Amino acid sequence: MVNPANKRKLEIIIVGTGLAGASAAASLGELGYKVKAFCFQDSPRRAHSIAAQGGINAAKNYQNDGDSIFRLFYDTVKGGDYRARESNVHRLAEVSVNIIDQCVAQGVPFAREYGGLLNNRSFGGTQVKRTFYAAGQTGQQLLIGAYQALERQVALGNVEMHSRHEMLDMVTIDGKARGIICRNLVNGELERHFGHAVLLCTGGYGNVFYLSTNAMGSNVTAIWKAHKKGAMFGNPCFTQIHPTCIPVSGDHQSKLTLMSESLRNDGRIWVPKQKGETRKANDIPEEERDYYLERRYPAFGNLVPRDVASRAAKERCDAGYGVGTTKQAVYLDFKFNLINKYGKAEANKHGIENPDTETLIRLGKELVKEEYGNLFDMYEKITGENPYEVPMRIYPAVHYTMGGLWVDYELMTNVKGLYCLGEANFSDHGANRLGASALMQGLADGYFVVPYTIGNYLADEIATKPIPVSHEAFVQTEKAVKERIETLMNIKGKQTVESFHKRLGKIMWEKCGMARNAKGLQEAIKEIQELKKEFWTDVRIPGDINEMNPELDKAGRVADFIELGELMCKDALDRNESCGGHFREESQTEEGEAKRDDENFAYVSAWEFKGESNWELHKEKLEFEVAKPSQRSYK
Amino acid sequence: MEHYMMNLSLKVWRQKNAADKGGFVTYPVKNISSEMSFLEMIDVLNEELIRDGKDPIAFDHDCREGICGACSMYINGRPHGPWEANTTCQLHMRAYKDGDTIVIEPWRANAFPVIKDLVVDRSSFDRIIQAGGYISVNTGNAVDANAIAINKDNADASFAAASCIGCGACVAACKNSSALLFVSAKVSHLALLPQGEPERRSRALNMVAQMDKEGFGSCTNTGACEAVCPKEISIENIARLNREYMFAGASVSK
Repeated sequence: MVNPANKRKLEIIIVGTGLAGASAAASLGELGYKVKAFCFQDSPRRAHSIAAQGGINAAKNYQNDGDSIFRLFYDTVKGGDYRARESNVHRLAEVSVNIIDQCVAQGVPFAREYGGLLNNRSFGGTQVKRTFYAAGQTGQQLLIGAYQALERQVALGNVEMHSRHEMLDMVTIDGKARGIICRNLVNGELERHFGHAVLLCTGGYGNVFYLSTNAMGSNVTAIWKAHKKGAMFGNPCFTQIHPTCIPVSGDHQSKLTLMSESLRNDGRIWVPKQKGETRKANDIPEEERDYYLERRYPAFGNLVPRDVASRAAKERCDAGYGVGTTKQAVYLDFKFNLINKYGKAEANKHGIENPDTETLIRLGKELVKEEYGNLFDMYEKITGENPYEVPMRIYPAVHYTMGGLWVDYELMTNVKGLYCLGEANFSDHGANRLGASALMQGLADGYFVVPYTIGNYLADEIATKPIPVSHEAFVQTEKAVKERIETLMNIKGKQTVESFHKRLGKIMWEKCGMARNAKGLQEAIKEIQELKKEFWTDVRIPGDINEMNPELDKAGRVADFIELGELMCKDALDRNESCGGHFREESQTEEGEAKRDDENFAYVSAWEFKGESNWELHKEKLEFEVAKPSQRSYK
Repeated sequence: MEHYMMNLSLKVWRQKNAADKGGFVTYPVKNISSEMSFLEMIDVLNEELIRDGKDPIAFDHDCREGICGACSMYINGRPHGPWEANTTCQLHMRAYKDGDTIVIEPWRANAFPVIKDLVVDRSSFDRIIQAGGYISVNTGNAVDANAIAINKDNADASFAAASCIGCGACVAACKNSSALLFVSAKVSHLALLPQGEPERRSRALNMVAQMDKEGFGSCTNTGACEAVCPKEISIENIARLNREYMFAGASVSK
C-alpha cells in the first residue's frame, strides 16, 4: 500500500485512452497519483472502444436465470477453449458486477425496462441473459462515462492529458520501466516523459491484417516497442475472426464493418445449394437453399460461437457456393423471422386473423426496426441494399486479438513497473473471446484491478525521486527514435506505405488467417522477411519530420506490424493444435472440427525478443483446478 | 445495387499549417467506383499524390463507421456531405455521378483553428467537458446499479442526447459557430438522470461559461445544427439547456 501523501509524489504514465486507459487514468487520478495520459487521437473520447456495439457482460443475475460469478467465470474459460488463466478470469467475473454499478453512477444510459430497472440481452456462448447494453452503441456510452471521469481529473489537476501524441519507445533504467519517448503528431517534435510506472492500454493489433473491423489508427507500436525492450508477448497468433461483417467490395476497401452478433438471434445464414448460382437471393426457392449452420449444428444452429460460424462460412465459399460479385459472402436472411416471429406476433396483438404475407412483413418491420434499426441503416449506407427486402451479404473479418503482452496476476509484464491493460494484454480470453466480454475486461482492468495491484509495486518506489529526463537513458532512447524516423524518411523509395500494408495483410489473411498449416506459415515467414527488406529499401514517405505527417505516423506503425506478423506466424507454427480461433488444418476431427491437444499445448506461449527474426519461447503451464477441460460440441 | 465508375473534379482546401493562409487546389480523380466510401476516394487521390511526389491531403478519420466522430469534412457547403443522419466516413460515392465537382473544406469556426488542410483543433470541446460535463463519483463509491429506478422515457431521452459523437458538425453548420447543440446534448444527458441531479445547476452554468470563453458564437435558433447532426440530436435539448440555465442562474448564489 502507498499512503495518500506518498501517492502525490508518484508519477504514472498511461498510454491509450480507451476503456482500459481512460478508466485507469481516472481511478489513479482519484487516488491521488500524478498521472500523465497519452493518446494519438485528437481527443481521448475517440479511442476505438467507442465502436463496440453489442454490450457488456456482468454476473448480476438481475434476470433471475441462475447467473452467478462462477457461471460467468466458467463460461469465459470454456469459451476461451481452455487457454486462459483461471485466476485472472475468476477475478474478472468477480468485479464485473462493480463495473455496472460504477457506470450507472457515472450516468451511463443503459437500456431499461418500463419499471425503470436495467434490461439485459443474451449473447453467444452462454445460456443466461447477462449482457447490459445501450442500443447498438454500448462502447460509446461506456467510453464517454470513463472519458468524463478522466476529464474531471484533468480539471482537478490530477491528470495531464496529451492528445495527438504517439508513444514511440519505452525508457528503461536498471531494468525498470521509467518513461516513454513520444512524438507530438501536430508539430513532429519528440518528447521525453518520466513515470515511476508505465501502463500500456493501447488496444489490439488486428490491423496487422490490413482489413479488419479496427479503426484506421489502431496499431501495435506501443506494445511492440515494449516487447523489443524485454516485455514478453503472449499468444500472438490468437486472433478472433468475427463471422458477420460486411464483405469486401473491391481493392479500394480500407476497412471492414461489423454487424453485431445479436443479429444471429433472428437472422438465418444460408448459401445456394447449387454451385455458381446466378439468380438473385429472393428468386432462389426455399428448397434450393442450404442453411448450413442449422444443418451442421442442429443444437445451436445459427448461434454457434464466433470461431465455428466463421470457419463454416469459409468452408462453403471455398467450396464454390459463395454469393455476391466476389463470391466471398453468405446470406444473413431476416425474412423468416420478420414474417413468422415478429409479423405474426404483431398480427396477433392487433387481432388480425389469417393475415397475408405482405401484411406480416409490414407489421414485422416495425418491431425489427426497434431491435436492429441502426445496424440495418448502417448496412444500407455501405452497400446501398435494403436488408428488410433482400438478405444481408456477410463474411468473416478480423475483429479482436486475444494475444498481447504477457502479464502476471497483477497485470505487470515481466519488465518491472510496466503494466499492460485491456485488449493489449493476453490475459483473460484464452483462444477465443466471448461476445460482450471485451468491454468488461477493459473496465475491470482500469477501474478495479490496477488501482489495487499497482500499489504493491509503487510501495517500494516511494523513495525514488522523479528522474530528470536529461538522464542518459532518456537521451539515448530519444536518439534511437530520432534516427529511426530519419532512416525512414531518407529511404525515398517508390512504393507507398499503404501498398506495403496491403501486401502484409494479404499474406497474413491467406496464411495466418482462419485456417493455418505448417507449409503456409513457413512460406509466410519467408514472405514477410522479404517484405520487410523491401519496405526498408523502397518505401516512400512524403512531407517533413517536423510537421503533421500522417504518412510518417503510418510508416512507423506498418514497420512494426511487419515484425509482429512474423512472430504471429512463428507462434501459429509452434502451436500444432487447433483451439478457439486458432485452427491448424493438421489438427481436426473427421468432421472438420477443431481438435485441441491438452497433453502438449496447455500452455501460454510467451515470446521473448532476442534480436531480428529471433525469439525465445517460454511456456507458462495452464492448470485447471475448477473448470476442467472438455471438448466443445455444438451438434 | 448497380455499380458504376466515374471521373470527378475535387476542389480541396489546402493549408500547410496554422500560420499558412491556405487556398483551394483542384484535383481530377479518375475511375472512382460507386461502391467506394468518400474517404476511400480521398485515399485513392492521396496515393496518387504520394506517387507524384506531392504532399497528400491531411484529414481526421479513425473508426470509419460513423461513431468515433473524428471525420470532419465540409462537403459542397454541408458538414458530412449530402446524406441525412450521416458522417463523412459513411458517405459513399453512389451519392455522386460522373463529371461532378466536389468542394471540400475543413470545419470553419474560431474555436476550431485549422491545424493542416482539413484537420482542425477541437480540443475546446474537451475543455467544455472539463468545466462540468461529468458526475463527480469516484471509483468504488457506487451503490447497486438497480438501487435507483429511472423512468424509461427519461432514460431513453438521456440516451438520445448521449449519442452525440462530438464531431462538431453543429458548429460548422451554424452561421454563428455556436456550440449550443453540443453543450445542450451533454447537459441533457446528465440532467435527465437522477445521478446527475446534485450538480445539475453548476454544471449548466459552468459549461456555458466555458463555451463562451472558447469563442463559440450565440444561438439564434436557426436549426442548421439539428439538420446536419449525424446522430439526429434534437434542438429540444437546446430548449432544455435554456431552462436549466435560467433556473440555475436564478437559484445559485455563488
